[in-house]
Amino acid sequence: MTDIKAEFEAVPGVDPNAPLLEVTDLHVEFRTQYGVAKAVNGANFRLAPRETLAILGESGCGKSVTAQAIMGILDSPPGFITRGEVRYRGVDVLKLPENERRRVRANQIAMIFQDALSALNPVFTVGFQLGELFRMHRGMSRADAKKRSIELLDQVKIPAAASRVNDFPHQFSGGMRQRVMIAMALALDPEVLIADEPTTALDVTVQAQIMGLLAELQQQRNMGLILITHDMGVVADVADRISVMYAGKVVEEAPVYDIYSRPAHPYAKALLESIPRLDMKGQQLSVIKGLPPALTNIPPGCPFNPRCGYARDVCRQDPPPPPYTVAADRTARCHFWEEVVSS
Amino acid sequence: MSDIVLETKDLVKHFPITQGIVFQTQVGAVRAVDGVNIELRRGETLGVVGESGCGKSTLAKLLVGLEKPTSGAINVRNQNMVTLKGGELRRARRNIQMVLQDPYTSLNPRMTVGDIIGEPFEIHPDVAPKGDRQRKVQDLLDTVGLNPEHINRYPHQFSGGQRQRIGIARALALRPEIIVCDEPVSALDVSIQAQVINLLGALQDELGLSYIFIAHDLSVVRHISDRVAVMYLGKIVEIGNDEEIYEKPTHPYTQALLSAVPVPDPTLRGLRDQIVLEGDVPSPANPPSGCRFRTRCWKAQSICAEQEPLLEPRPNSPHPSACHFAEVRDVISAVE
Repeated sequence: MTDIKAEFEAVPGVDPNAPLLEVTDLHVEFRTQYGVAKAVNGANFRLAPRETLAILGESGCGKSVTAQAIMGILDSPPGFITRGEVRYRGVDVLKLPENERRRVRANQIAMIFQDALSALNPVFTVGFQLGELFRMHRGMSRADAKKRSIELLDQVKIPAAASRVNDFPHQFSGGMRQRVMIAMALALDPEVLIADEPTTALDVTVQAQIMGLLAELQQQRNMGLILITHDMGVVADVADRISVMYAGKVVEEAPVYDIYSRPAHPYAKALLESIPRLDMKGQQLSVIKGLPPALTNIPPGCPFNPRCGYARDVCRQDPPPPPYTVAADRTARCHFWEEVVSS
Repeated sequence: MSDIVLETKDLVKHFPITQGIVFQTQVGAVRAVDGVNIELRRGETLGVVGESGCGKSTLAKLLVGLEKPTSGAINVRNQNMVTLKGGELRRARRNIQMVLQDPYTSLNPRMTVGDIIGEPFEIHPDVAPKGDRQRKVQDLLDTVGLNPEHINRYPHQFSGGQRQRIGIARALALRPEIIVCDEPVSALDVSIQAQVINLLGALQDELGLSYIFIAHDLSVVRHISDRVAVMYLGKIVEIGNDEEIYEKPTHPYTQALLSAVPVPDPTLRGLRDQIVLEGDVPSPANPPSGCRFRTRCWKAQSICAEQEPLLEPRPNSPHPSACHFAEVRDVISAVE
């Protein structure tokens, strides 16, 4: 069993001492008939085992595209990775040939999608779809694969797993379906799990169940978790560090406590001020004026400058602000971060 | 008394489940809304919260007359909307309009903004004479913060937040007293969501509107509502003003729901009182006997299966709560 695993998992050049996952200067663009949409413009972050990194941003900020680029499931064309590195334990997976890339996927880096109903195949049973992983990646027989599938469904706490393994996705409720997705992502013991809006489609009570399950499994397996979301509440509950993305750039990266108490980028600050809170009866909500820029036409300088209250002339000119070091483990792409932090 | 603009009495909607192709026989019913009583006063916002499948959207459709109730009454200005017919019904409907959830699918992509917002005037021609319509539509665009010159644009030329403003302008066209908002901000990003919530608040002050505000996001509902009703499986389980529901909830379901909402403050991590419910909402086609929440409730005893708890004030609950063991438990500020 272990031999099979080793044989199927081997990725040449892996250095166990290198950082678990490191994304450097990632650029992704979509070449469409209406122009080139620059979806990701220099994303940088690093993930350690057991760590939860949240990528926070609004729709169209490039967070899901970043995840797809890391997984190697970008639609290409029209999507192209134009620059940057994604290093898993020192190996740049973007440079791997497709057959080796396939081994990394699911074995080392796995992903959970937002909408479990459309991510699962409606014409196969969940047992078949889970078992497929073991048959393809581990060369198991159908019977063994089914046995493992039942174990997995049990681990994600699906009641009566043995009898539900032959059910089709539509026979499960939303929360149960998301559990099936988690089981599928964890099947081959990945070290990195990317969860793209895992609970957005679920009710709050079910969301609490799923986030609890994810945290538990992460502890058991020493996984690094990248949580992609727009929900500032969920992030506050589970993340260790946060990367806030805006127009394809990580505008602020900081430990979770720092960013909520003293944000250093005006966008992060404005986002925090614009959410109504359950434990406070609201005044007028502060509003971020205007709209996010079209990715085909990102303004020069800082992409946030047209909506920013701190913007001055320097913000409207190229080059865009570099990631200034706010503290040892904290960066912000704002010329005036000192002013923002102290306000 | 006269300031009550909307009132429902034992409102029930059962969707039949049929079997057979040629000879269809009814084998059951989905009890989407099962005996709902609400009152809405002038200038007030009543929030309705609950999980998906609890019947909140069906309630919205019943209120605006998109579904016919199985039984019960909906009184708007002392007229029962359920029994009205023809021209009288059409005129009465002007008073209660709706803002829909998804601004991407609720606007016809082939109609211009002017046609979309002006369509209510086509159906109710006596509200605005033909020559006057364009000016009225432009006024409406201005009211919701859009450029009146964009009257000939199509929905795809607007962003999500702007489209939701178009939806609001359409609801305002007939100068209703009541607007039913069915998840009006759940499809929008947070920064845009705040703009729309503020707009709804400003319109209420300006025009004296009453809102039924349906949402699953409890923080948004708290922000905008004066009173809140919590629904579970077609029934209201607790109703009260904002402080009663959020700070002194007495129904176990309300408590669980509130405790499950993540609070955007990492310093509270692990300190909040978290109640994690097991399992899923039971099927509304076959709800549990007695109290419908008892299958997921940690307080459930034999009386809960036998006797249905009524929505009424109780010894330990000054506001109406449908639980035999209602008791105040503060779950959101319980941080020690």
